[in-house]
Amino acid sequence: MNGTDVRTAEQATAASPSPTTVAFADLASRRRTESLAGLVLLGAAALAAIPALAIVGLLIVRGAPALSLEFLFGMPLHGMTAGGIFPAIVGTLWLVGVSLAFAVPVGVLAGIYLSEYAGEGRVARIVDLAIVNLAAVPSIVHALFGLGAFVLFMRLGTSILAGGLTLGVMTLPVIITSTKAALQSVPHSFRLASWNLGVSRWQTIRHIVLPNALPGILTGIILQVSRAAGETAPILFTGAAFYLPILPDDVRMQSMALSMHVYALVTQIPDVPLEMKYGSALVLVGTVVLLNSFATVLRYYLRRNRKW
Amino acid sequence: MTPTPAPGGPVHASSATELSLWYGKFRALDKVSFAINAGEIVSLIGPSGCGKSTLIRCMNRMNDSPTTRTEGRLTVANYDVQSPNTDVLALRRDVGMVFQRPNPLPLSIRENVLFGLKLHARSTPRADQERLMTEAFETVGMWDDVKDKLNDDAESLSLDLRQKLCIARLLPLKPKVLLMDEPCSALDPDGIAAVEELMAELRGHYTQIVVTHNMQQARRVSDRCMFMLMGELVEFTDTDDLFLAPQDERTARYIEGRYG
Ligand SMILES: Nc1ncnc2c1ncn2[C@@H]1O[C@H](COP(=O)(O)OP(=O)(O)OP(=O)(O)O)[C@@H](O)[C@H]1O
Ligand SMILES: [Mg+2]
Repeated sequence: MNGTDVRTAEQATAASPSPTTVAFADLASRRRTESLAGLVLLGAAALAAIPALAIVGLLIVRGAPALSLEFLFGMPLHGMTAGGIFPAIVGTLWLVGVSLAFAVPVGVLAGIYLSEYAGEGRVARIVDLAIVNLAAVPSIVHALFGLGAFVLFMRLGTSILAGGLTLGVMTLPVIITSTKAALQSVPHSFRLASWNLGVSRWQTIRHIVLPNALPGILTGIILQVSRAAGETAPILFTGAAFYLPILPDDVRMQSMALSMHVYALVTQIPDVPLEMKYGSALVLVGTVVLLNSFATVLRYYLRRNRKW
Repeated sequence: MTPTPAPGGPVHASSATELSLWYGKFRALDKVSFAINAGEIVSLIGPSGCGKSTLIRCMNRMNDSPTTRTEGRLTVANYDVQSPNTDVLALRRDVGMVFQRPNPLPLSIRENVLFGLKLHARSTPRADQERLMTEAFETVGMWDDVKDKLNDDAESLSLDLRQKLCIARLLPLKPKVLLMDEPCSALDPDGIAAVEELMAELRGHYTQIVVTHNMQQARRVSDRCMFMLMGELVEFTDTDDLFLAPQDERTARYIEGRYG
């Protein structure tokens, strides 16, 4: 305490101002730098926004004329060159539903384990590494894995179940990492407070940590839903049918899917009216955008209720 | 030195015999022995890093980790703390901790105080819950401040009320020992006075062990005072004696402010 007040001779000289003059930047040059930085950043932001707006704009202009109740809720006709896309919409819902039923429980529980129980040991690091690498696997490789594991080895055949599971495996790593990140953003002091009341680890997670991590967890899940809805490759040989104008009612059936349908219309079938191609793509993009906006709004509302 | 409630003799709320603790290879506690009586206020002083927090975290097993190791014997509120058979959750219910930064749970003011109770005694009738909550707030002297806003977020309270809330939320669990790790160091002078007053109120009803960096505070609030240095318990005696007539040279140097 009083030890800090005793200054040695050297410290005293070091503290006295040196005679060297310092040339501070003048106001005009600082302003120039500031406005240049502002312009460059604005330019980068605009450049990022332009492709997104252009894609959506093009889809709306070309695809909107195709939209009608009959298009959305009708069956495809004449080898998909006419009629609607309803089986593809329903099929996508089935596939995404199955993938969620698998990936959400597994992913959230794994995220909880990694964040709250695993600690910093070697096993946790290896699992972490595996998950990060799994997230970087291209979707076509997931498709091959799904074909081998679900369609052939587990004998599920080409089916909604096999396709949905493949999508689930693809989305799993991100659900795990976003769950883990959401849990770890909950302040440690909450856990300490709860543990010090003799509340067990699991009850602390259940009553304090999870409710506060929910916005982050849900955001991660919904963003993966839109990814699962949009991907074509993983369902290509595992669950999606090219042309199957019936509504699926069992996970052992195949079904059409929106992403696959767009792919088919654009590349596989001659004589499809242009507006049908754009219309189908618009419905697909619209679904994805809708889901993403829903995630954003949900997060906003849940965050507002947050107590910290 | 197990707490044998001998008739007439002091009832030890806590005692340690040659308690040592290692974080990995680093020895943070070095053969610490003491006996703390039920109901008294013990302050714990010493320079930064001497092991004060380590010692009180031991008392409700908040130091458990694969890299920490203990030796010796520690008894708190009749629990053999180090024993693998100890019910750690029950120990923590009986031995609660208050932290340096008030850390209310992200719940309403009411739910903060009922949280422990609801998880430990699910079947407590609603009327009893309300009574225990009111009692807890009255004991810490903040009932008038919160009675009209029990459903507000605990975060909305002022810093010293938040700290009192953190003490209040321990009380419905009927703890025996309250551990406080620098409970006042985030508070302004009025807040410090309020919390010190509260400690005096609780004296006799709960055993309080208070870590503090403020020697004036140690003198004001505690019956007895421990001085620690580099993991060692150097001196533990009546607060007045420790400050006026320290027996150990190192204690004398510390209270004269020559290190730390
Ligand atoms: N979890 C831990 N792992 C490893 N070392 C630790 C851990 N916690 C504390 N230590 C070390 O043990 C020693 C005692 O720490 P402790 O926190 O008990 O000190 P303190 O007396 O409470 O200090 P302060 O007054 O700064 O709070 C310090 O040297 C610290 O670096
Ligand atoms: Mg400390």
